[in-house]
Amino acid sequence: MMTRKVRKWEKLPGKNTFCCDGRVMMARQKGVFYLTLFLIVGTCSLFFAFECPYLAIHLSPAIPVFAILLFFFVMAMLLRTSFSDPGVLPRALPEEATFIEMEIEATNGNVPAGQRPPPRIRNVQINGQIVKLKYCYTCKIFRPPRASHCSICDNCVDRFDHHCPWVGNCVGKRNYRYFYLFTLSLSLLTIYIFTFNIVHVVMRSVNSGFVKTLQDTPGTYPFMLVCFFTLWSVVGLTGFHTYLISLNQTTNEDIKGSWSGKNRVQNPYSHKNIINNCCEVLCGPAYPSVLDRRGLMRDDLPVPTSALSIVPGLWLLLESSYGAMFPLQKTTAPLIPNEHTPDDAKPSMADSAIAHAEKRSPSPREEKLPSLPKSSPTLTKVPPLASPETDAEASIIAKDKAL
Amino acid sequence: MERAGTHGEMTLTGEKRDWTHSLQDMRQQAAIAAKVFIQRDYTNGTVCQFQTKFPSELETRIDKQQFEETVRTLNNLYAEAEKLGGSSYLEGCLACLTAYTIFLCMETHYEKVLKKIAKFIQEQNDKIYAPRGLLLTDPIERGLRVVEVTIFEDRSLGR
Repeated sequence: MMTRKVRKWEKLPGKNTFCCDGRVMMARQKGVFYLTLFLIVGTCSLFFAFECPYLAIHLSPAIPVFAILLFFFVMAMLLRTSFSDPGVLPRALPEEATFIEMEIEATNGNVPAGQRPPPRIRNVQINGQIVKLKYCYTCKIFRPPRASHCSICDNCVDRFDHHCPWVGNCVGKRNYRYFYLFTLSLSLLTIYIFTFNIVHVVMRSVNSGFVKTLQDTPGTYPFMLVCFFTLWSVVGLTGFHTYLISLNQTTNEDIKGSWSGKNRVQNPYSHKNIINNCCEVLCGPAYPSVLDRRGLMRDDLPVPTSALSIVPGLWLLLESSYGAMFPLQKTTAPLIPNEHTPDDAKPSMADSAIAHAEKRSPSPREEKLPSLPKSSPTLTKVPPLASPETDAEASIIAKDKAL
Repeated sequence: MERAGTHGEMTLTGEKRDWTHSLQDMRQQAAIAAKVFIQRDYTNGTVCQFQTKFPSELETRIDKQQFEETVRTLNNLYAEAEKLGGSSYLEGCLACLTAYTIFLCMETHYEKVLKKIAKFIQEQNDKIYAPRGLLLTDPIERGLRVVEVTIFEDRSLGR
């Protein structure tokens, strides 16, 4: 057995991609993010190339200087939003998952045979309001209040707002303020560029006529059209998030209607004061990442040293490919992007069973070795780990969606 | 450069967490009897606080007052880290003006308090919990979700 040191990000579950040896964390699909980069950089480059020289000379050199500063601020906020950890909650280690299972079993008591056990919900009182905490089958934890599971990234994210494909990442507790500042500064930049483009066209038209102006600077106009349309959407988005911040709500809560309408539960997190809410969300403490992506851990790998030892390795490979060809039953019903996916429930049962049976060091070691489809027989006292199929609420939700 | 070694290996950044892992390695020689997980207390919102309720598994090992004192101090430290006030607003505004590049060279207030917490837990382990065959794990290693208390088999009592 060869032991090598790996960075923890290499062994993190979930569907994130990591760059720069774990310093950068993004979602898997980055296509729309590249489009965002292209649009911003493209529009600004054309503005600086074609319009700024004229404006600097005829109006003021402060105009391009301010535009450059604003551009750098927008890029900094975008990259900060896209590359940082949104507030991902690490999954429960096997011992913690087992502990929670035993607590649930104790609370539920004896469920008569044939009957589904009650849904896994924990009621907590927060600032005088009763809030329900749901159990996440993928991460094996009761989600903290305001956390939600992103099915695109396959992680539970604290204070989950939404998954934004434009920035290629989830927006959560740790990067919400950067996201807001990005939309705000982008609105300002778009308005700024659009305004000065019009000023430029007007000034040139006064001097040399409208048609000649269009002929002189043809390259900018496609991007001005882009600018015009993005202006409305970005300004609208900024307005929407300003409204959410003033009420200390997340997009997720707003969409679900958690604090409005027939539920009649007031938002327990709001300070009931717009200024306090804004200060908390935008100027509150900078939360650290709890993922420890760059920490080192030991990874035991079976290394085949001779031809004979390759055979069990091949057998393992065959088993895993068999498992991949005939995947365990998945729900085909469409899921709302921030609902949990019950897909990982069954394979992870075998994983945690093996890990528990081996009883190695308490430090986290999530192995990416192909797990055997058959569960380990060495477990004795641990209650069977539940899956959503045995849970009343999740199966009801799946049925509703299938309709 | 990474130094090779057996226990207590230094990471590239010399992190405290590897020290704790080597401590855990040494403790592995004593078998783990059970683990207790102290859950979060959400009655005051999403601020990081842990329940001070004394778990029954620890009744034979440690004094209730002692344990509650530890958790209460921890809670106070986390409250200090997440405090909303003049200094945190100032830090936030200053950072915003520099487009958050200032955090590349400066440590945030929260990170400073986390270091204090790590030191506090190490101290508590050394003075109070290790002699009783217990080990507290820093909640940051469990995603600030739980305080994990590892109960080791008490060989001294001939069990």
